[in-house]
Formats: sequence, structure tokens, C-alpha cells
Amino acid sequence: MAEQTIERVGGPIPGPDGEPIPTVVADQVDIVYRIFGTGSGRGSATAALHRILRPKQAEKAAGVRKVHAVKNVSFVAYKGEAIGLIGTNGSGKSTLLKAVAGLLPVENGHIYTHGQPSLLGVNAALMNDLTGERNVHLGGLAMGMSREQIRERYEGIVDFSGINEKGDFITLPMRTYSSGMAARLRFSIAAAKDHDVLLIDEALATGDRSFQRRSEERIRELRESAGTVFLVSHNNKSIRDTCDRVLWLERGVLRMDGPTEEVLEAYEAFTGGADKKK
Amino acid sequence: MTDRNPPPGPPTPRTKAADVSQVLHTPPAPAPAEADLSALAARHGLSVSGARPSLPQYVRQLWARRHFITAFATAKLTAQYSQAKLGQVWQIATPLLNAAVYYFIFGVLLGTSRGVSDYIPFLVTGVFIWTFTQNSIMAGTRAISGNLGLVRALHFPRAALPISFALQQLQQLLFSMAALVVILLCFGIPVSVSWLLIVPVLFLQFVFNSGVSMIMARMGAKTPDIAQLMPFILRTWMYVSGVMFSIDNTLKRSGMPHTAKVLLESNPAAVYIDLMRFALIDSFHAHQLPHHVWAYATGWALLAGVGGFIYFWKAEETYGRG
Repeated sequence: MAEQTIERVGGPIPGPDGEPIPTVVADQVDIVYRIFGTGSGRGSATAALHRILRPKQAEKAAGVRKVHAVKNVSFVAYKGEAIGLIGTNGSGKSTLLKAVAGLLPVENGHIYTHGQPSLLGVNAALMNDLTGERNVHLGGLAMGMSREQIRERYEGIVDFSGINEKGDFITLPMRTYSSGMAARLRFSIAAAKDHDVLLIDEALATGDRSFQRRSEERIRELRESAGTVFLVSHNNKSIRDTCDRVLWLERGVLRMDGPTEEVLEAYEAFTGGADKKK
Repeated sequence: MTDRNPPPGPPTPRTKAADVSQVLHTPPAPAPAEADLSALAARHGLSVSGARPSLPQYVRQLWARRHFITAFATAKLTAQYSQAKLGQVWQIATPLLNAAVYYFIFGVLLGTSRGVSDYIPFLVTGVFIWTFTQNSIMAGTRAISGNLGLVRALHFPRAALPISFALQQLQQLLFSMAALVVILLCFGIPVSVSWLLIVPVLFLQFVFNSGVSMIMARMGAKTPDIAQLMPFILRTWMYVSGVMFSIDNTLKRSGMPHTAKVLLESNPAAVYIDLMRFALIDSFHAHQLPHHVWAYATGWALLAGVGGFIYFWKAEETYGRG
């Protein structure tokens, strides 16, 4: 694959004392999932009764399995950085993001953050039976925006999503949208807020090509205004286009941490060559 | 039972086996020493991610999200009947049908109405006020466990959820109250100044319901099985709360022990129901109310509201995890 010659503005913004300002510090983080009831059938009544009567013994028998999803990961992210997280499926990328967002407990180590990192995701707050318009308001409020902020940005959100390009769809219930339209509206709502630390998990896979380009543009803007952006993606091109640093996780272990091109080259060699079609 | 460990990573193509083991056995980038990182974090004033805020902070955060709480409640309420042909008409038709069913069973078939004047207004008031408490508590039990997606995706004080559900039920009740006013007028009950008491009664009941919802939300988040149990507890509670009969009459007739009497009269659901009847129905006189009824109503609201809030806050950082 030819070398991309995209100008990447960004990288750490130095603070007043010349030292870059850290926004996320992960200090030897371990994350362990405990999965219950992988052994003898959880559903059967006798097994449930057994668990109640003899909790200690039953826990062993029921096979509480531990999955060590993230192992001893340390890194420091600075203001103004866009960091890509790559790795094969199941290597702990999303788990690490959830822990940075404070939504998963860490087993060992600490994660320190500046402000409240937010996952790019308002999907859960939106309601399919309501109109797109009401969902913009609801989603904005759920993310902690004020009513005035939402009113100010409403036009921008709708324009960005492109929902109204093919007619007045914003006043229709969301259940009538195509999956692509719904995904675009969700991204537009989520990206409308300025975040200190923004965590994006595979959000750019949605929408058509022109929408993807606009999304990448918006991520660059967010990074400049806000601080730090983390992006999980299997699309090496969108990582190249938006990130200046990449963390490579493999089986929960931080394999590499460095400039995008360097890490991606090693990763592409590992996964069997660069994407030909991109 | 074998104690086999799951393969920690994803299955990799066989041809890549050599590469994989090579990459996996190269040591990872050396991590900076622990002291450095925590010192760096401390120097720049970073905080631990996902820690529980202090109680005053929590109250402030919750206040900042008040618009979300109301918008979420209204959205839920509107979404409820949006697929129905009659749409929002069901907001008022549902409580009316409910009242009709109870009237048919208790008024016509069983004849509980003996000794109660204006039985239909009496019954309908009881049913509506009870439904408010019942639905708030049911919704509260599932507030966290049924909204894990929301809890796991966004940051907000989790107490917003049970409070929002209680608020949704309050809005629902306001529709029912409109239906109730029509029923009252149909039965020739005069409009009176005492109707103003609706406001403080509903306020106290709302605080009480929110508090109990928060308690149930924490319990339901830890043990979702409670949601299966609640309908039985709530039904028992309904039958002792005098929804379909007059507690006052029953107490007069039966030679119940004093403790049972006190328990029946101090039951918060019964207190709010009787207060509402007193406010709305002219033939329901003050002497039918238990002693110190306003003290009970306020006491229960404070106890459940403050206690429930603190109890819920204590587990704030655990919701949606694990």
C-alpha cells in the first residue's frame, strides 16, 4: 500500500510549562471478567437450588470462569492526541475503552482521567417510537447538554446527519428509518457534544462513504477543540486518516504503542498484508 | 467437570501460527514504573475513573440532569401508546377500564360497597392512587436491570432512572385524575376547596414512591429475581391498603388486636389513599381518617425519600458493572 501523505495536525499540545498535559493515565491495568454458570446448566431448577443451598461448592461446580481480558496495560494519553486502538477480534480493545469510561471495574491498577471520558453512544437513550426531532432533544439531554445548547445545535445535528436530504424525515418516528439513516442520526447526536475525552467504538463503519468522510472530519474537529480521542476500528484507513498514535492490543497485552504508520505496518504484517481494496 | 481454561485469544488462521507465537513472545513495550504514572496523574489533577461522587456532589449532578429526567419520563409516556390506533386516548381509557373492572367485581358481584357512601368514587380514587404507587415500584425494580444498555453507555447519576420512572407514573396519574374528575362530577360530588389538597398529597406520595423505587432499583440491580417476586408482594399490599373496602369500617366491626390496627392505619399506601378520598369526596369525613394522618404522610415521604436516596447512592459506582 502506498504511503499516505496526509498532513496530520495534532499530537500532544504542550501545557504552559512546556510539558504535555495528560488526559488519561492507565497504570498497570488488569481487567477480569467473571462469567457465571458456564458449567452445569444454569437453567435447570435443581442446579439453581444447589447453588442456593451450597454457594461455595456450587460456585466451583458451576464453573465461574475468569477471562483475563486486559493484562497489565499502561499508557499515558495527552491533550490533542487521537489514539487508535487496534488488534484482532477479542483482544480487549472495547473492554479497555469501557474501563477508561469508568463503566467497568479494573481488577488491578488504576485509570486516572481528566474530566469524564464519554463513550460515543447515545443509542440506548433513544426511543424508536419517537420522532427524530424528539430523539435529538432526548439524546442531547441524556449526554448532559442543556436545553439551550441543544436548541443552538439542533440545525447542525440534523444537517450533519443528512436525514432531511431526501424529504422531511426528522418529524417521522425513528422506527420508520432505514438502519443507515438511524445510525447516521445516532452518530450526529453523539458527536454534537464537546467531550474532554471521547471514546469511539467502531462508529465509523456506519453510513455511506460521504457520511464516513464527514464523520472523520468531525472527529478531527472534536480532537482539536476537546482534547483526546480514542478510536477502536478494524478499518486501518480510518485509523490512518484520523489518528497520530496507535495502541496495539493482542490477547489483552499491549503489543505496541507508537506512531500510526509504524504500528500499522507491524500490525498489517501480523494480520497478513495491508488491505488491498482500500 | 473439567477445569479447562478457555483460549485467551481469538482463533487465528493456521498458516499464521508461527507469526502469532513470534509476536506473542516478543516482550511488550516496557511500561513506566508505577510511581511515575500515579505521580504524573496526581500532578495534573486527574481523578480515578468511575469513582462514586460525594453525596452533595451527587445531588448537584442530579439537579443538573433535571431536564433529562422530565424529558425521559415524558418520552416514555408518549412512546407507550404510539403504535396504538387510538394513540393517546388510551392514557385516559386505560384507567377508566380499570375502574370499571373493579366496580364490576367488588361493587356488583361481591357487594363490598355495603356501608360506604359514594362507593364508586371511593373505589376509583383508591384504585388510581394505589396504581400510582404500584407501578412506580414495579418500574423502579427494573429501572437499572432493565436499562443496562443506557447505564453502560452514558454517564449520568443513576438515580435519574428510578426518579424518572416515578415521574412518568405521576404524569400517568394526572391523566387518571382527569378521568376521576369526570367520574366525580357524574356522581354529583360537588367541587370544593378541599380539592386543593390534591397537590400536597400527590407531592408527598411522589416523594414516597421515588424513595421506594430507588430502594427497589438497587435491590433489583443486584438480584433481578426480585422483579418476579414483586407482583405478589404488591398484590398483598394492595389488599391490606383498603383500596376496595373501608379500613375504618372494617376496624370498627372486627375485634382486631391493637397492633394490627396501628399497622393497618399507618400503612403508607392507605394513608395516601384515604387522604385523597378525604380531599375529593364530600361524604368522606375527617373522622374516617386515622389519627396523625398528615404526620404519617410526611413521615413516610421523608423516610422513604431521604433513606432511599442515600441507600441508592451508596451503590452508585456498581450499577451496570460486572
